[in-house]
Amino acid sequence: MLRLEARPEPSRAMSMASPLIALAITVVIGTVLFVLLGKDPLRGLAVFFIEPVKSAYALTELAVKATPLLLIALGLAVCFRSNVWNIGAEGQFILGAIFASGVAMQATPSTGDWFFVPVLIGGVFGGMCWAGIVALLRDRFNANEILVSLMLVYVAEQVLNYLVYGPWKDPAGYNFPQTITFLKSTQVPKLFAGYRVNVGVVVAAVAVAAFWVLLFRTYAGFQLQVGGLAPAAARYAGFSSRKALWTALLLSGGMAGLAGGLEVAGPLGQLTPHVPAGYGFAAIIVAFVGRLHPVGIVLSAILMSMFYIGGELAQSRLGLPKSLTGVFQGLLLFSLLACDTLVHYRIRRKT
Amino acid sequence: MDQFALLIAATLNSGTVLAFAALGLLINERAGIVNLGAEGMMLVAAVAGFATAVHTGNDWLAFAAGAIAGGALAAAFGVLVIWLNTNQYATGLALSLFGTGFAAFVGIRYTQEKLGEQHSFHIPVLGDLPFVGPALFRQHPMVYLAIALTVAIAWFLYRSRAGLVLRAVGESPESAHALGYPVRRIRLAAVIVGGALCGVAGAYISVVYTHLWVEGMTAGKGWIALALTTFATWRPARVLLGAYLFGGVTMLQLQLQGEGVQVSSQFLTMLPYLATIVVLVLISRNASFIRVNMPASIGKPFFPG
Repeated sequence: MLRLEARPEPSRAMSMASPLIALAITVVIGTVLFVLLGKDPLRGLAVFFIEPVKSAYALTELAVKATPLLLIALGLAVCFRSNVWNIGAEGQFILGAIFASGVAMQATPSTGDWFFVPVLIGGVFGGMCWAGIVALLRDRFNANEILVSLMLVYVAEQVLNYLVYGPWKDPAGYNFPQTITFLKSTQVPKLFAGYRVNVGVVVAAVAVAAFWVLLFRTYAGFQLQVGGLAPAAARYAGFSSRKALWTALLLSGGMAGLAGGLEVAGPLGQLTPHVPAGYGFAAIIVAFVGRLHPVGIVLSAILMSMFYIGGELAQSRLGLPKSLTGVFQGLLLFSLLACDTLVHYRIRRKT
Repeated sequence: MDQFALLIAATLNSGTVLAFAALGLLINERAGIVNLGAEGMMLVAAVAGFATAVHTGNDWLAFAAGAIAGGALAAAFGVLVIWLNTNQYATGLALSLFGTGFAAFVGIRYTQEKLGEQHSFHIPVLGDLPFVGPALFRQHPMVYLAIALTVAIAWFLYRSRAGLVLRAVGESPESAHALGYPVRRIRLAAVIVGGALCGVAGAYISVVYTHLWVEGMTAGKGWIALALTTFATWRPARVLLGAYLFGGVTMLQLQLQGEGVQVSSQFLTMLPYLATIVVLVLISRNASFIRVNMPASIGKPFFPG
């Protein structure tokens, strides 16, 4: 029999290797799954790991999907490091999209090209409001943030539906549940002509640097993390856990809202019931697989984006359901958590 | 009056789903384990149950399939959190995300299927009574089973030795370990039972409640069930009461939608989720009350030696 023995200190090597081992396990299970489904496993894996990086166009599409995941996951990393369990980023993303749309619909043909800035600020504000509710109820009434933030996802979906089926429905839209197509002046500027990738990627890159500085080079970031790792020590040092709660939730809500704003003012260009694409949930996996570290999150956001595109391709090319993406995402997080045991423990043979 | 009787009947029907799931979660939380994977387990079990019902036409086999599916997923979760000491919240979330994707993946071939004519259930004599007959005595047997299960779990927890050991494991795993009880195996058993009951709840949704399979059809019922255990301060009778309360809210909003009340349907659909938040706020407001009632080791890993 094997047994676990606690390591004297966490292994740095294992902490780097564990996401890679988890990915390897996911690939192995994926291969088995393809064989069971009667598909050529090599073709299946190619759809997930080669097609999304094969051409310049594919790479830009990869960036389009990785951007919201990256932005949301950065905020969630701060949350999880502070031991605040915000799992309702999907709802904050939706509210960001709604607020940004609200601003975007104010544009007139005479507004300048700078109008995307207030649109995005609206998005950030929307996400912060939604996360602020969670912070308020936790702070003031001790209500569990996991359940409240998740319940608010369902509420946010209904708010979105209400708007696009009701007051915000495009009168000239043949009764489709969607808003007007936003004016060009509200659109986030594209980076290259002919590709969907836009300035959002640059925003995300700046955010990565900013979060790295916040977490590892500022006193505020240090306070947040001490609160997460050792609440008693944080209390003794006089670090406010309430402040940490509000900071973590508003920051992650704002990031999710920004991602929502970038979606409607970018690739989508209007508000529809299909705005929530599960990015808020996938970003939880991105944050963990990226070790809650800004640089790691860049890599895991790209990986998760490959899963998204791979799932779409698997549907069109191999006739497999798109939900394959969710299966792989879940498997990846499962294997990661299992592998992470090896960071803190080593396996010994029982004597 | 008749309509009111039907509303009560529908409330019991819808509350039964929450009751099975929340009673299951109650058992594993009493042993100190929080399983945030309820939603995922229920969805996979809903597919497993529905597929079984489609192929065999037997409801009871469908519930068994749901229980096996839920129990199997819970066992995987349990091995991770109990033996590998992974974070309970993160692992439960992983289970929910995986379950949602996996159920959608497996279920795609059942989206067009529909179950055949449902049996109607009718208790002789009692079912013929005016008002109480249609309100209470024409239900699926599972509705009565949920009530019996509540009584059984209450007896188990507070009157049996095994229940005492289970509670001891949840309150203080170190003491239970020192007394020689196999803490980890007891926790695993509790987690599997919890998953199996969530599975029964999932199968009930697709087989009895809607008669069809739709992607993401549990619509947050797993999460509401998790909130219910807190709402009930981890007591079986209150879980059942809470389940009917939430079942009532769900049914009331459906009825209002059906009657074409002058409120947008979206706001009515929100009601069960808003109710969950309100109830959580009300019950959690008194932090020390929650702390006294909560199993002390909940969410914390236990690693002997």
